[in-house]
Formats: sequence, C-alpha cells, structure tokens
Amino acid sequence: MKAPSFAYSKPQSLAEAFELAERPGAKVLAGGQSLIPSLNMRLSAPELLVDITGIGSLRGISVEQGVVRIGALTTHAQIERSAEIRKHAPLLAQAVTHIAHPAIRNRGTLGGSIALADPAAEYPACLVALKATIVVAGRDGERLVAADNFFKGLFEVDLRPGELVVAAEFPAILKEERSVFLELARRHGDYAIIGLAAHKGAETRFVYCGAGATPVFAKRASAAKDLDTGKKALEKDLNPPADLYNSSATKLHLAKVLLTRAWNTLTTSH
Amino acid sequence: MEHANDITLTVNGTRVSRRVPARQHLVDFLRDELGLTGSHIGCEHGVCGACTVRVNGEIVRGCLMLAVQADGCTVDTIEGLSDAKELEALQKAFHERNALQCGFCTPGMLMAALDLTKKNTKVTREEIRAHISGNYCRCTGYQAIVDAIEEVVNGQG
Amino acid sequence: MGKAELPLHAPGTQVDRGYIGESVPRPNAQRLLQGRGAFIDDLRLPRLAHVAFFRSPHAHARIKKLDFEKARRADGVIGVFDGRAVAEYCKPWVAVLGHLKGIKSPPQHAIAIERACWQGEALAAVVAESRSQAEDAVALIEAEWEELPVVVDMEESLQNKTTIHPELGDNICFNRELDTGGVEEAFAKADVVVEDTFHFGRHTGVCLEGRAILADYNAAEHSLTVYQATQAPHMMQDIFSRHLGIPEANVRVIAKDVGGSFGIKVHVYPDEMATAALSIMLRRPVKFVADRLESFLSDIHAREHRVKVRLAVSKTGEIVAFDLDDLTAIGPYSVYPRTSGIEGNQVVNLTGGPYRHQKYRAKMNVVFTNKNLTCQYRAVGHPIAVALTEGIVDLAAQKLGMDPAQFRKINLIADDAYPYTFPSGLKFEQLSHHKALDLLLKTMEYSKLRDEQSRLRQQGIYRGIGIAAMIEVTNPSPAFYGVGGARISAQDGATLRLEPTGMVTVMCSVTEQGQGTEAAFAQIAASAVGISIDKVKVITGDTGVTPYGGGTWASRGAGIGGEAVLLAGRALRSNMLDVAAAMLKMDKTELDVEKNYVVNLLTREKKIDLAELGRVAYFRPDTLPLDFQSELTVTRHYTPRQYAFAFTNGIQASLVEVDVETGFVQLLKHWCVEDSGTVINPMLVDEQLRGGVVQGIGAALFEECVYGPDGQLLNGNLADYLVPMAGEMPDIVCAHIETPTRQSQLGAKGVGEAGTAGAPGAVMNAINDALLPFNARVTAMPFTPERILKALKKV
Repeated sequence: MKAPSFAYSKPQSLAEAFELAERPGAKVLAGGQSLIPSLNMRLSAPELLVDITGIGSLRGISVEQGVVRIGALTTHAQIERSAEIRKHAPLLAQAVTHIAHPAIRNRGTLGGSIALADPAAEYPACLVALKATIVVAGRDGERLVAADNFFKGLFEVDLRPGELVVAAEFPAILKEERSVFLELARRHGDYAIIGLAAHKGAETRFVYCGAGATPVFAKRASAAKDLDTGKKALEKDLNPPADLYNSSATKLHLAKVLLTRAWNTLTTSH
Repeated sequence: MEHANDITLTVNGTRVSRRVPARQHLVDFLRDELGLTGSHIGCEHGVCGACTVRVNGEIVRGCLMLAVQADGCTVDTIEGLSDAKELEALQKAFHERNALQCGFCTPGMLMAALDLTKKNTKVTREEIRAHISGNYCRCTGYQAIVDAIEEVVNGQG
Repeated sequence: MGKAELPLHAPGTQVDRGYIGESVPRPNAQRLLQGRGAFIDDLRLPRLAHVAFFRSPHAHARIKKLDFEKARRADGVIGVFDGRAVAEYCKPWVAVLGHLKGIKSPPQHAIAIERACWQGEALAAVVAESRSQAEDAVALIEAEWEELPVVVDMEESLQNKTTIHPELGDNICFNRELDTGGVEEAFAKADVVVEDTFHFGRHTGVCLEGRAILADYNAAEHSLTVYQATQAPHMMQDIFSRHLGIPEANVRVIAKDVGGSFGIKVHVYPDEMATAALSIMLRRPVKFVADRLESFLSDIHAREHRVKVRLAVSKTGEIVAFDLDDLTAIGPYSVYPRTSGIEGNQVVNLTGGPYRHQKYRAKMNVVFTNKNLTCQYRAVGHPIAVALTEGIVDLAAQKLGMDPAQFRKINLIADDAYPYTFPSGLKFEQLSHHKALDLLLKTMEYSKLRDEQSRLRQQGIYRGIGIAAMIEVTNPSPAFYGVGGARISAQDGATLRLEPTGMVTVMCSVTEQGQGTEAAFAQIAASAVGISIDKVKVITGDTGVTPYGGGTWASRGAGIGGEAVLLAGRALRSNMLDVAAAMLKMDKTELDVEKNYVVNLLTREKKIDLAELGRVAYFRPDTLPLDFQSELTVTRHYTPRQYAFAFTNGIQASLVEVDVETGFVQLLKHWCVEDSGTVINPMLVDEQLRGGVVQGIGAALFEECVYGPDGQLLNGNLADYLVPMAGEMPDIVCAHIETPTRQSQLGAKGVGEAGTAGAPGAVMNAINDALLPFNARVTAMPFTPERILKALKKV
C-alpha cells in the first residue's frame, strides 16, 4: 500500500501556488488527512503535489465587525481550541469534536475539508447552515462564493483550475440566535451516517451531512412552523443515498430523529 | 519535476538530512531510512493509530504525512521519548497494569496518552476513551490502558 | 516425595505456589513499551528483496493471459513470476483431515494457476528492491480474464446450481449429522417448543500487525531460515520442509514478537508459501508483509453461519432436547492444514453445552463459495454455539415467563455431576456452572439491576440485561488434529538450564503473541525451581532452540506448555539438589531450594548460593566425586491424553441501553466469570478475558465482511470495516472460580477463547431484553442500528 510516485512542491506565496496548481496532474495538498490515504491506496495518482501549508496568509481565525473569518489552513485542532470559535461560532465548535481523532485534527484543515467536499463531512453542512461565504482565489484574483452554491456535486465544488480556498466567512452568532450540531456515527470520530447542522437566526436552517451528494439544506423542513410538519417535509427535502450499512429509508428515519432533537434544542430557552 | 527532495529535520534531538522520495510517508522514512522501527505500520490509511508520532510537539499520523513535509520539523518517536524519560510514568503504569499484550499498538497508544497528560487537567474515563478512540488495540479490552492513563493523568491508583 | 513434587492442587496439602497466582508484570513487555520489539518488518537483512502480489480483481475468473512485459522492465524489479513458475518449487496442498469423514477440497497452489476463485487470490508475484517498486510493477501487469459464474450465497451454494470445483461433484466441503435418538419424540411431547434462526456475519481477525514473513534461503547449505509472524513455528517448519523440498533439519522458523494473531497466524497462506519459494528461486532473502487492504482480502475470515435451532422445554422449565441445523460457507478452499471443517464441527459439538438435556440432533453443512477463505479464528465455533444456545434459551424462558437467570439455574449441569458425558459425546472432567452463575449474579447485583431496569423503562429508557453461559475447548489432545493425520503437535516441551550465575533459562515450544506466555512460564519456572523471577529468562519462538511442540492455539499455551515448564523445573531442581548434596556431602532429601539458595529442608538455613552451585558444577567439577556428573539442563514434555479437551466453563453478562429512536446500542457494563482452573497470573488472565470480550462485542455490534452479489468485498479497509475502539467499549468486570484440571500437576486450563466465545450471545440477549417491551427481536449479527430499527418496525 505505497503511494505511486509523484513530484512535490511547496510554494511560499499564493502567486506561486496558483501557477503550480494549474499544471496538468497537479493536486493541492493541505492537511493531507484525506488525500494521503487515497494516495497510499493508489486511488489517486497525481503528477505533482502542491503543498500550500507554507503560505502563512491562509492561516488564522479572526472576528471583525461581526464576521468570523477562518483561514483555509486553520486546523481542526485550532478551531477546537479557539475561544473565539466557541463564542462566535458554537456550531463549528460542536461539529469539530466529531471530526476523527486528535492526531488527525492536528493536521486536517478547514480548507481541505471544504475543497474536498466529502458529503459526510461536518464543515460543509455547517457553512451552509451559517450562510457562509467561501473565499476562493486564483490567478485572476479573489471570488466570493456563497456556501449554498459552492458545493455543486459529489466531491465537486466551485473551484476553477488553479484556484484555492482561502477562507470561509460567516456572521458571528447573535445573542438571540441558536446553533446545534448533531450526528450519528457508530464509533467516535467515524464519518457520520447522518449529521445535522442547525442554526436559528433570522432564518432557520437545517442542513444535513451524509444525506446526499452535497450538504443538503432541508428547505421545507427549515420553513416548517412545527416539528411534525417539519418531519413530514423532510421526506421531500431528503433522498439520502444508502451506504454500506444503512438504507435510504434508515437514513431518512435517522434524519427525522435528529430533526426532532435539534428542534427541541433550538426551541428550548437558554 | 523531480520525484525526490532534500530534507533536513530534527529527529529525537538529532539533526538528519536525507534525500527522500516525495511519495514516502513519514513513518516509512523513520523506519526505513533511520531504522526507528518503534513506530509501527498498521493500516496506512489513518485509522489505526499505530504510527502516531509527534511533529513539532503535536501528535500526528505518521502514515498521513509525507516525509518531505517534515522538512524543518522536530519529530519525536517512541525511541526518543523513551530515552528522554518523557514517557516513563506512562510506561511504568502500562507495565504494571498489563496495558499491552502484543505491543504493536503500544508506541502509538503511548503517544496519544502522553498528549492527554500534557493538558494538565483531570479527566474522566470517558474522556480518556475518547482521546484514544483513534488508536486500535486488538489484544486488550482497552480497560487496562484506560486504567493506566487514568492513574498517570489524574495521579491516582 | 517432597512437597514440591505434588500437584499444585493436591487435596489436603498446602503446596507452596510461589509466583503462581500472582499478578506479576510481564518482563518482556518492557521492550515493547519502548518501541524496541522485534516484529518481522523491523528486521533488516543484506540483499533483502520485497514481494508484492498481483491479486485477482474478480471473484471467479479464468486467466486467459498474464502479460508481465511492462512489469519486468519497471525500476527495481528483480523478477515477476506466475503460478506455474512458483509451483516448480512449492508443492500444492489439499486441506482435509481423516477424522472429518468425507471432507473434500481441491489442491491449492501458492500462486493460483489458470483460475482465480476469490477476489484477492494471488496470481502473480513481483519481487523488487523495495515494496513501493514492487507495487509499481504490480500495477503494470496486464491480464485478460474470462469471468466465471460466481457463487456468493451459501444457500445457493448448497443447492449446487453452479459447482465451483466440478471435479468434486458438488459444493459441499464437509457435512456432519449427529443424533442421540429420541429427539422427534421429545419435541412431540414437549410442553413448549421454541425455534429461531440466527445469522452470524463473516468477519476477520484484523491483527494490527499484518501477516509477515521474511524467508532467507541459503543456497550453499540448502537451508531456509524463516522469520515469520506465526503461532506454530514447528508446524510451519514441517510444512516448509515438505512443500519446498528442504530437509526438516535445514529449516528454521523464528517467530519473535508477533503483533497479534488470534488464530489468523496459525494457517498456511499461499502468499507466504510463495514468499519462501521465491527466496529459494532467487537465492536471497525475500520479505512479504500483508498491507491492510490485502489483509482483508487474504487473511482468513471466519464465522458466516446460518443456524436454525429448536428447543423443547417442559412447562417447569426443563430443557428436553436441542435440534440444530447449521450452514456455513468457507470460500473456495478448505484451509491447510487445519481444514475449514472445524468451525462447523465445533458448533455441533458445543451447542447446548452448559445444559443437562440428553436428547440432541444436529445437521451441519460446510459449503464452498467464491469469497475469501474462512478458517479457525479465536474461539472457533464457540461464539456461534453460545449465542444460538443462549438466544434460544432466553426465548424459552420468555415464553414460560421465567427469569432468564432462574431458567439457567434449573438447566445448568449440576456441579457434582462430573465426570459428565455430553450428548455430542464430549466428556467434561469437572465444571462449575452453578458456582459461576451464583458468582455472576452476585458480582453484577442482578436483582438490583432488574429493579433499575423496570424503573427506567417507566421513563422511556430501555436497558437490557443479557446472560450467556458457556463451555470452552482448551488444552486440546491429539484428538483435535493429530488423529486426523495433521502433522500438528498436541504435545509441548520445555528445556530449563541452570546458568553458572544461578540464573535459569527456559526454552519452550509455546510461542508468545502478547498473551503473556513468557511471563507465565517465568512464574512457573521460578516457582518450580525455587528462584526469584528476575533470575529467569524465557526464550520461545525458534525451532532451532526450543523443544518440539505445537505452539499457541486453542487456549493451550499455559495448560500444556506451562505443565512442561513445571515438570522441567521440578526435574532441574532435583538435579540441582544432587549437585548440592555432592558438594555438601549431605543427603539430597535433607535439602531444598528457596529464594536462590540451597537450604536445609527443615531449618531453612542457607547452605549454598545457586551461583556458587553453578560455578562448581560448570567450572570446578573436579572438586565433585569422580562418579558424579551434574545435569543442569533438563527437558520435559507434556501431552494431554485422558480427555480430548480440558473443558472450561464461564458465564458472562452484558448491560446495554438501546436508543429505540436511532437503534444505537450503548454498552454500559460487561461481566465475565470464568473457571479456567489454576490461574497463573490473574492480571494477565483478566485483560486477556477483556480483550476477548471486546472481540466478541466486535462480532455482536460492528464487524462484518460485506460482499456484493459479484463476490466483491465492499468494506475491505479499516474505515469501512468497523473494529471495536476504546470509545464505545464498556468497563468489563472479571471474576474467577478455580477448578484445576486433575490431568496435570499445574491444573491450568486455557482462557484465550472465553471472552470472544461468550460476549456475542450476552450482548444479543441484552439487546433483545431491552427490546422486549416492543415485542422486537434481533438475531442477525452484527446488530447494526438499521437491523434494530427494522426489528422495531421503525424503518
């Protein structure tokens, strides 16, 4: 189980990274916690790995004027330890504890997770629930993409060749707002059978992971006035694909259970 | 482009320079290039934790990091931390409580456990179990491991 | 006869047990704790070559063409070989045994020739300077296939619509029927008849260290040294010798540290045989370490049974008869040399084992399929026999409205009924089911838990308590394999040598896989000789060094190897006293050995330091009488004979909470009471029991090799195949009863299977107990959330 041979380059600037990432057969390496296993299993055979971890501007968490900005290279562990995230983005603070294990959280990054867009991953669902903006950049400059539009299909995102995810931005939680992240995994740190990122602000959003090719914003359920209507509506919102151990019907059932639990949490006063 | 790169890093306190294939992961480098065979290979896809080593003070999966990425880093393995006595209390507790059988998971398990001791707070058994939940042991029932870690972290028997 | 010559369990005596029964930490664990073990992949030899295998992507296909041209030209490649090339150096094998009447299997080659019969079967070997280069070249092999019909489902296999090996006539590898007579009548007359069908998922051992072998052929002396992660070095020596055509004396098998085995590493694997053959062909050392993906495709799998069972019970709760129909699938070949007929055979032998009914009928079929091979993995057959027995027993208790513990009390074989012959023909020397049940109920505070359970039920919290009683095969005699013609030793030997400094070196044929064999032997040796344990050094796992023996499997290490060490220790001590008597000009019977000294038997006065005894015996024997020759190296052997097995008994309980909305099961606690005879080291025994329990929990809740209809393994990696991790495991409470076997001086029975044997049934019963208010029941392992939700009719 050894990776196929490839070249490696570690640019120190974004400009250099854009140029390298555009080359045929190039793949961007951030934390590597999903990419390297796929290399070891020979599921991926890039010509060139472009290691962007040397680019300092992609790191860091900031909260300015009510906007939380998380740099793409921020690790899960940094998010987990961040007092600012706990205060301003409790949804992410809850979600991050579900991601794998300490040794993996030390290297895996937010940017890597959203650029890969594994449909069972936690962050993409959170970012859609928070109506986040994904900041992407390439040779032609920066683009802002709404998380709603960023996740386009199975492992498919709105990134053009040579473009990188730079950061995710979303409004800091307001006092009257609530968030809850729930997921069902059979073991600690496993990818979720199904997960739910729920946020109640001016608008309520229930966004599922593990329920489709992308994070699935359950629009009808989110608009429902009461739980029963919401659960019913979920049948129209979701058509989750079966996995190895769970049929679509099971996942839908579990999605309803999570909806119930999230609903109760969001509607219970502090 | 070349498929090999020159790297210089500090392993167990010693500076080493090598030319490494880009595809070589860190634990293969440690084992095959440096002869540090204490870090084990159990799955090579990041699930079992047998290859857990410390890079710049933080535990990582040795199979999910390329050796070339360790250029300029400080890497600590079971051998180095044993010699430096950093693991002494955990090793003693593991030994006295029989928290290992075949010993294949043990170096990685000790790395994960040491990480928990660094937090300097008391922990529950559930927290210990969660912290080592990415380290697979097929021999023990995990209980002796949890007992040993609890003894060291919480300073009690 | 001095007291040291008595059995440890001699009635009415107070034999000094020394370290036996003490929780001594394992001396050999220190190197493992510091990362200084010596696993196969840690070895470095000059000119070492690495092999990777080209494995079949199809479950069943004829090879039309294999093109090695590109692979041969790849960087670092030393050679590429197909099945025919390797067959010139390695004879094929047929895995059948004489005592399994009618068992059949076709010849199997190290590298398949012409046809692949499961996905993952090796079809070519690439040897290169590094594993990476070997894998690069494997990817360049071009193959053309003719896909053949695939038999995946065992019921279909039994119907024989497609015959995997036409030359065998049908797909049945082995079948067995057993009937005590009177079963039909018993069922006809029974007050209550319950029946159910249980499914046991196919799973595998997942040793953390993959299978590993480094074969080093020396052409100059036509000798082969094999460093191998194996449980049975002498068995492998014999196999390498016979199949590779090298005289036995020229084959040395060394198994130093082994990273978990659990039965996985006691079989003959084609890729390992090929590695040894390649070393001969290339006249250089060749190493193969199975990576995780190929482990899932080529390590033996186990279980995969469908069992129908019926139970006839009287209205007062007495079990009258068992009726069993077991079907199991083993892949396309029976595994060499133990065969794949044993697990089903064990299910027939052990079903109903703890209970005192006399009517029993069983039917069992072992069929071929186009999946990876199955064979003996930890607790062979036990988890199946225990779960189906305990599952059907609980169902009967439920139907009668009896408490499950009470139902067992009525039916367990009485503690004074031994020796006892079970309807399947097995003989039990002495078991302690009732003592064990009583201890279990007391330890777990059974009635308190029942009260808590009903209280919580009112609050919508669904907890369940499950009990599983069991018997286990340990210390197997030659009746297990030897009588069937397998060259598998049921005897073991130990050599003890007093070193000149007064230390003792122990060399034993039982191997260490982490279970603590070496520590247990050190305890026994130190106790038998009369020295402190720090003076003992134990060497195992080297056919060039140790006496001949079977190795580690079927819970035999401590009971058989330990007895050999005890006997050798006593003999050495006697010989030491001969030397002391000669030195002191005293009578031997006046002397004893204690704490590294020869002492006066009565006064306990120290007479000679053993270092002095060693010095004189080895360096100044000229000072001893002319007619005296010291013998300070002794070897003793032991074979259990009178009983086919030293059966042990145990009982487990599981406490779970089922989330009836999600189908998730939380394990709250587990209890394990075990009677394994003399306990040599309680600490080692307890954690081994717990490790076994966790493997059993894996079977119950997590583990299954899932195959698609085309015979493709769908979850052959550690992310998708779920092994139990620390986060979900409960604390496990162990307690012991000690009923020593009177067949040996030591009185130890085995303990390796117990946890794995009992846990699946206990967990299943606990889940079903929790589901009782919903009239729901699960019987197909693993009990995934979906299966539980389906039982609850939520999906």
